[in-house]
Amino acid sequence: MTSFIQKRALTSLISLVGLVVLVFFLSRLTGDPAALFLPIDATDAMREQFREIHGLNDPLLVQFWHYIVDLAHLNFGESIRKARPAIDVVLEGFLWTFQLAVITMVLVTGAAVVVGSLAAFKAGGFFDRFASFVSLIGASAPDFWIAIVGIVVFAVSLGWVPTSGTGTPLHWILPIAVLFIRPFGLIVQVVRGSMITALSSAYVKTARAKGVRTRPIIFVHALRNALLPVITVIGDQAAALLNGAVVVETIFGFPGVGKLMIDSILQRDFNVVLAAIMVTALAIFIMNLLIDLAYSLLDPRIRN
Amino acid sequence: MTETSLSTAEDDLPEMQSAARRLLRMLWADKFALCAALFLLVVVVLAIIGPHLLDAAAQKQNLRMRNAPPFGFANGWMGVLGADALGRPLLPRIIVAMQNTMLVAAGAVFFSSIMGSLLGLVAGYAKPGVSQVIMRLADVIMSFPSLLLAVVVLYMAGPSVLNLVLVLAITRIPVYLRTTRAEVLEVRERMFVSAARVMGASSRRIVFRHILPVVLPTLMTIATLDFAFVMLAESSLSFLGIGIQPPDITWGLMIAQGRSYLTTAWWLSFWPGLAIILTTLSLNLLSNWMRIALDPVQRWRLEMGGRKNG
Repeated sequence: MTSFIQKRALTSLISLVGLVVLVFFLSRLTGDPAALFLPIDATDAMREQFREIHGLNDPLLVQFWHYIVDLAHLNFGESIRKARPAIDVVLEGFLWTFQLAVITMVLVTGAAVVVGSLAAFKAGGFFDRFASFVSLIGASAPDFWIAIVGIVVFAVSLGWVPTSGTGTPLHWILPIAVLFIRPFGLIVQVVRGSMITALSSAYVKTARAKGVRTRPIIFVHALRNALLPVITVIGDQAAALLNGAVVVETIFGFPGVGKLMIDSILQRDFNVVLAAIMVTALAIFIMNLLIDLAYSLLDPRIRN
Repeated sequence: MTETSLSTAEDDLPEMQSAARRLLRMLWADKFALCAALFLLVVVVLAIIGPHLLDAAAQKQNLRMRNAPPFGFANGWMGVLGADALGRPLLPRIIVAMQNTMLVAAGAVFFSSIMGSLLGLVAGYAKPGVSQVIMRLADVIMSFPSLLLAVVVLYMAGPSVLNLVLVLAITRIPVYLRTTRAEVLEVRERMFVSAARVMGASSRRIVFRHILPVVLPTLMTIATLDFAFVMLAESSLSFLGIGIQPPDITWGLMIAQGRSYLTTAWWLSFWPGLAIILTTLSLNLLSNWMRIALDPVQRWRLEMGGRKNG
């Protein structure tokens, strides 16, 4: 198991280094932050001083070397835009995104498992066809479009929830609802498929023959075995939420790491972009690891 | 040599015709998939010929039609879905945007499926060393946060159709790679592959003549599903303003442009979104059908005429 984790960590580290190098040099190509942060009538001396302070005058390779050395001391540099350590800014944003992702995934998993199981129990019945169709539409809809329609209907016309921002629990409802839809559609389909297989297996027939009641059969006997493939999909979707909530965060003005990232790219706040990439990649790595651990906990066959 | 190849070509022809007829019959059995296929056919045809016919209409500004509401026939059939903030009718704009949307998605799916399945065939059939390298490469791509990566690369390298296609293609390669490899690992142990090897077939011949045809149906199913995924990803990027740039249009960009008029003219964003949903829904339905129709074990469900529990 430890060798497996080491291998995983090594691959992720290689990809992370590649990504950091790529983004570091690409971002330096987009232009001079001094042109963006100083007023138009700033003198050349002021621009020069700005570049000197932020170390932008050195050759690119020297800048990169300084960055790596700082990184080795866990110093991610300063955010030019916020004049604070970049890592603080990123962690703040990440915490928002993390909360959003966790709440959404808990709701999605609960709902999808129940709906998918019930659909599989009477496969081909009305509820099954209805659930399949709804989940298919959910999996097909672009989230930014749902967000926009949601704002028009629930925030503007009906006035039930605020249009954007944070502050009260009400602010969370629309973003979560929008993020809920696509993973729900996908997971319901996977749960349904693997439950149909589990329900037609011999041990379920035995349980039925013994006279076990329906509910324990579905939720205890069959579900435990059917959950394995579902966990993989849940992991994929959670990873997608961690890095893919960008669009929803932008629309709802939610101060998560995705929105921070977009803003920082547009403002040439390079240190924040790099720190955000590293934090997100680390989070996804940890999550993939947890998924693998959960897998081996649930399925004794994989452990050896 | 020439004679044998000629005779097989002649034998293949009626066989292919009957296979096509069988596929059509199976398509007829699943009415959802049939509707989806017809809809996609219309989309493809419109995407190819539409821009030639409607480009002028889609570009023409008419300030008296600014944000004209839909379902009014005052502006002719072109204005049936309403008009945008510059008075350009939405229906022809949606059809013109269709071409870019389809082009990007088709390009990305084309590149990623070819690259992914070739690498997958190699990884599945080659020596463990080569296979390891390829799989680690896939892991590296998989552990990138893909949408963020696309955002970074596109903003920095400049948003063009080619860059968009490349970024989307690279992030989707592992999907095909992993599936192909898993299938090849299973197929290569089967009897007919061993037989071919014993008869002295080269590795290339075994992979392309014997293994690839078995793997192909799965790949096609995945590619159909992935087309929908890539389309959604392209729309998100265009929506964020780092995909296709104006004056070119895609559906995602149209939704973004309509966003500022959300409360006064909902139709600007609504119709292109509906177009995306209908297209991805059709692709999903079609890939569901393909999963069954191309699988010899499950095919009977459709050949029974679609009757439930038949």
